[in-house]
Amino acid sequence: MQRTSDQASDIKRWGAGALVFAALAVVGGMSNAYVISLLTIVLLLTFMGQSWNLMLGIGGQLSIGHALFVGIGAYAVAILNIKYGVTPWIGLLLGAVIAGFVGAVLAWLSFRFEVRGIYFALLTIAAAEFARIMFGGWDYVGGMQGLFYQAPSGAIDLGMLRGDARFYYFVALALAAIGVAGTELISRSYWGYVWRAMRDDDEAARALGVRTFRHKVLVVSISAATAAIGGGVLGLVQGAIFPDSIMGMAISVDVLIGPVVGGLGTAFGPLVGSMAAIPLHHAMGALGDALGLPGLNSVAYGAVLILVVWFLPDGIWPSIVRLYGAIQLPARGRIPQLRKVEE
Amino acid sequence: MTALLEVKNLTRAFVGLVAVNDVSFSLQAGRITALIGPNGAGKTTCFNLVAGALRPTAGQVLFEGRSLEREPPEAVCRMGIARTFQIVRPMKDMSVLENAMVGAFSWTTNVKEARDKAYESLDNVGLAGKANARTDQLTLPDRKMLEMAKALSTRPKLLLLDEVMAGLRPTEAAGVVGVLHRLAEGGLTILLVEHVMRIVMEVASTVVVLHHGAKIAEGKPSEVVADPAVLESYLGAGFHA
Amino acid sequence: MLSLWLNVIAGGVLIGLVYGLVALGLTIIFGVMRVVNFAHGEMVVFGIYIGYWTVRIWDVPIVLAAAIAAVVMFVFGYLLETLVVKRFVNRPHHYQFIVFIGLSLLFSGVLLMSFGPDPRPTASQLSFQTVSVGPLTLDWARIQAAATAGLLIAALGAYLKYSAFGRSLRGAANNRLGGLVVGLNIPRVYAVTFGIGTACAGVAGALISPLFDAQPYLAVDFTLLAFVTVIVGGLGSFGGALLGGLTIGVAEAIAALMFTPSMKTALPYALLIIILIFRPRGFFGAKDI
Repeated sequence: MQRTSDQASDIKRWGAGALVFAALAVVGGMSNAYVISLLTIVLLLTFMGQSWNLMLGIGGQLSIGHALFVGIGAYAVAILNIKYGVTPWIGLLLGAVIAGFVGAVLAWLSFRFEVRGIYFALLTIAAAEFARIMFGGWDYVGGMQGLFYQAPSGAIDLGMLRGDARFYYFVALALAAIGVAGTELISRSYWGYVWRAMRDDDEAARALGVRTFRHKVLVVSISAATAAIGGGVLGLVQGAIFPDSIMGMAISVDVLIGPVVGGLGTAFGPLVGSMAAIPLHHAMGALGDALGLPGLNSVAYGAVLILVVWFLPDGIWPSIVRLYGAIQLPARGRIPQLRKVEE
Repeated sequence: MTALLEVKNLTRAFVGLVAVNDVSFSLQAGRITALIGPNGAGKTTCFNLVAGALRPTAGQVLFEGRSLEREPPEAVCRMGIARTFQIVRPMKDMSVLENAMVGAFSWTTNVKEARDKAYESLDNVGLAGKANARTDQLTLPDRKMLEMAKALSTRPKLLLLDEVMAGLRPTEAAGVVGVLHRLAEGGLTILLVEHVMRIVMEVASTVVVLHHGAKIAEGKPSEVVADPAVLESYLGAGFHA
Repeated sequence: MLSLWLNVIAGGVLIGLVYGLVALGLTIIFGVMRVVNFAHGEMVVFGIYIGYWTVRIWDVPIVLAAAIAAVVMFVFGYLLETLVVKRFVNRPHHYQFIVFIGLSLLFSGVLLMSFGPDPRPTASQLSFQTVSVGPLTLDWARIQAAATAGLLIAALGAYLKYSAFGRSLRGAANNRLGGLVVGLNIPRVYAVTFGIGTACAGVAGALISPLFDAQPYLAVDFTLLAFVTVIVGGLGSFGGALLGGLTIGVAEAIAALMFTPSMKTALPYALLIIILIFRPRGFFGAKDI
């Protein structure tokens, strides 16, 4: 009885997800260049948001320096491709491996001494800023002047991951779909259960046999590796990478805003949150330019973060689900389940 | 009858205080043993030493002949010793079932196996009907039972219970006693730390009494309550059980 | 050669005192409220702008500008705590942190909107005056800033140690529950604490306004610098903040002499990474976070 209703809700969830991505594919086929390029960024940030979400929303470890991993991925792809003509596929793989290793080392160093919480978050941002400055002073990777991809011919070449804007839209869409599905699968896997347990209560999880130290290293490493893949593609889409933009604090904020706004720890939250926050950021940026108010987009981001944590700490997506559930439940007569059991 | 767990000359000193002083006892397989004593007797410290949450200053804890006093809590758990916390600690963003599943992942990585084990553990403590509830929907006795179910999912040979009866009404405590008897009949070895003496009399086959960190008595419940040293320790501390 | 090194180290010590004051603000807030103010650098930049405008418009001495910054920023911090921060004090750490990132973005945006992205050089005559003491040639602006910062740190230390309210602050820092029991007015303690911490940052900003061009983008650097300083000394420790400030000030000055300018900016982060790896609680660290 219980199992069948679980399966039914599984089918519904996956069906709804497939429908959303099908709709996004249709949008990609029809929209104009501006919408395509904006949505490409939104979808890439959804994917990277998923990687951040995996770390905090499921694994319980806060990173405010995800730009480090994004940047490593972007540079791995760019250096191999621009300097040696190697296909981005190899660069993505290599970037993921290096970022995963760097993430694992940071996590290992930090959690070894039970440095956690805010200290770990500060370590991530210190590492990101350190790397940004180092890359800026490193002539081999172009220093502050960055690296430029050859202008695309527009012809689609899957082997070299080159194509027009619409091509990259679908690459980003595929990544976002993988991110959402991956989060869903991971959170219901062995890893997902033990990660959520250590997120909720580290000590209690250890008492139940969870080897939290190695799981923390693992979740940070996987998160870093996936962020690097997103970064590699982001570099290709933007056509050029600079340390200040690809490894800067702004990227770390772009990556975390989707999951925070949409809903931490949920599979759909980062998509919903990125869809809401990133276009707002761009619109405010444009409005600010028009009005001669350069900080308007930053004000909007800040206000959104504060207001969401203030009024919707679970994020937008869980609120939508609850609302939908409240509408759906009476028809099925499942009201008694909602009633709070008395303390 | 073999000893499943042997505690030898266990000592733990904190700054300016010896909380556990040269305590030795052993647990017989398949029995329920109670560790009792007035407040501040060192029961909880002793319990945490066995569970791997604290390191002893001196002495040994042998489980099935293997020394475990240098092991971290997760390793102790994986050796077959599960514990509960005195203040219940459910994973608050996970359902009752998911909470009970976590322990199973100490011996399997298969989600279906873990879920089956979790249902079994919940069934053992009478919580199967609330598997899909959120933990904040549970009453206090149910939360205590969930703590136990979580521990049972690890498939322990030895179950350490830290004041599971504390805060329960007599009828609720009686329910817990029933569960403990059933588990012991199934072959599980149990060590309880309790403050409430009357309940201990009902469930434990052996009682170890601590006072000021030292063991002052050990034996059957009926013997121990007749021991003048025990009575004095409790009366001196204000006996009210 | 020796006198060059002496000059560099002396300069580092002077600026280190100001860093110490910035870090002290951060650490007082953390020590009492256990919140980590990621918008602290914005408070420093507000202070720099206050220094810039008061000196420019009224041509006041920098010490008076610092006093104005102290009052304005105390009120600002007090209000910020009462209106916003208060609501998040008991939330999980990562939520607090995200809120402070939000505040930091918000304030940076406001600074950008108000003053634009271009640096404003505060070239008062103060910037160019120097004083010679033996082999040392020090600029007057740094001496004034350091002396004021040093006096303030000492005064704050005395205040926390000897005044009734200071003692209750320390009580709150040591044991929040205990503080509640003996009847401390916790909301007020928190608001005043946040006000004091913010004022420290604002004063430090005003003091260094002759040395740094006023620019909104400085905020993140100051935030991270404050964190590095505080972590080097140990989060939540008074003496640690001061020692951390001096360490960073001198290390930065030496790095500027020995390496390229970009290495100088990277140094605090490298130091932070090294500290977090080898001595995560700093020199005088708080026990827990």
